[in-house]
Amino acid sequence: MPVVACHDCDLLNRLPDEAAATLLCARCGAVLQKHKPDSIERSLALTLAALILFIVANSFPFLAMKSGGFVQETKLLTGIVELWRQELYGLASLVLITCVLVPLLQMSCLLYILAPLKYDRPVPHAIRAFRLLRHIAPWGMLEIFMLGILVALVKLGKMATIVPGISVFAFGLLVLVMAAAVTVLDPPLLWARLDRRP
Amino acid sequence: MSGLPATARQLGLLNCHDCHLLVEAPADGHDHLECPRCGAPLHERKPNSLARTWALVLAASILYIPANVLPMTITSALGTTQADTIMSGVIYFIHSGSWEIAAVIFIASVFVPLLKLLILVILLLSVQLRWRWRPKDRTMLYRLTEMVGRWSMLDIYVVTILVALVKLGAVASIEAGPAAVFFAAVVVITMIAAESFDPRLIWDALEEDS
Ligand SMILES: [Zn+2]
Ligand SMILES: [Zn+2]
Repeated sequence: MPVVACHDCDLLNRLPDEAAATLLCARCGAVLQKHKPDSIERSLALTLAALILFIVANSFPFLAMKSGGFVQETKLLTGIVELWRQELYGLASLVLITCVLVPLLQMSCLLYILAPLKYDRPVPHAIRAFRLLRHIAPWGMLEIFMLGILVALVKLGKMATIVPGISVFAFGLLVLVMAAAVTVLDPPLLWARLDRRP
Repeated sequence: MSGLPATARQLGLLNCHDCHLLVEAPADGHDHLECPRCGAPLHERKPNSLARTWALVLAASILYIPANVLPMTITSALGTTQADTIMSGVIYFIHSGSWEIAAVIFIASVFVPLLKLLILVILLLSVQLRWRWRPKDRTMLYRLTEMVGRWSMLDIYVVTILVALVKLGAVASIEAGPAAVFFAAVVVITMIAAESFDPRLIWDALEEDS
């Protein structure tokens, strides 16, 4: 009899017969399983789109500020470099990790896991990559950075003219596409497909 | 409905934390046991959950004070410098009429970290004192702390964007203040604290008593 244990309360729950059903823990209500149709293809397509948007967001000017005769143009990485220059190394690293490295690693892991699965070619360490993906997920904070941009714009809007660049729009799209790529993922299905035990 | 009247632990099963495979626990203890499917270390419950979570909650509570008292940003404009704490930033937005932004910053930077620490303390106490009171609601509280904690990073990002944009030579510049470091530490430590807490401990008291 196929059974799963709830990760939040340890109660054993019987898996439903229909694959399409959503299974909630009978005792604490945690979502234990939720079928997502075509999850591998969809997530793969969204990940590729996210990767392109990520490159665009990092290559073009992000925001430009005009005040008096000065024009200050910045890229996505400028703030991190500036924090580093102010000797706030920990803070600079934290922003670099949560807004650049983790999202990049998430996209790489997704590509590495999903592309071979789509063509049924097993690759080494795919399981390790999936575990890594699950562990770093809370530390990717693109959507929070996006909200930070909006707050900063309002704050500076009073003292200068801010011109948003291509990057801001690419970044906004990236946030949505990235969230979608993770949402359409079906972890129980992936674990079953990646299982290499005899 | 589809719930069985037993937990994994009662049947001697270990639930892999990473891939949720159910593994039979060997009779001779289960130290250094690995999941046969994904290789993650297997534990019946997260190891040292209570002690680790208490330590992290304590550390974050202490750091929360300098994070709120010290300046978050230091603005120099035309020869004058102004240090802003998180709260004075919120008050600035209220005075300049952007009360929505003031509310967002207040919720993300002041309210959420405090709420998160408070919830974790309540959960820790409830497990240690073996409360049987509303386990489902306490589990929901736990999920809430897991979900909202990351949003406290907001102010760190605002500071990052401000220091990048505002460095107009002699006219104006913004530097990150010491509170930024303490505040970032609070966010990171509370995130790790929520991760170290094992919500299954909430339910264990119910079974052990019955
Ligand atoms: Zn449950
Ligand atoms: Zn596993």
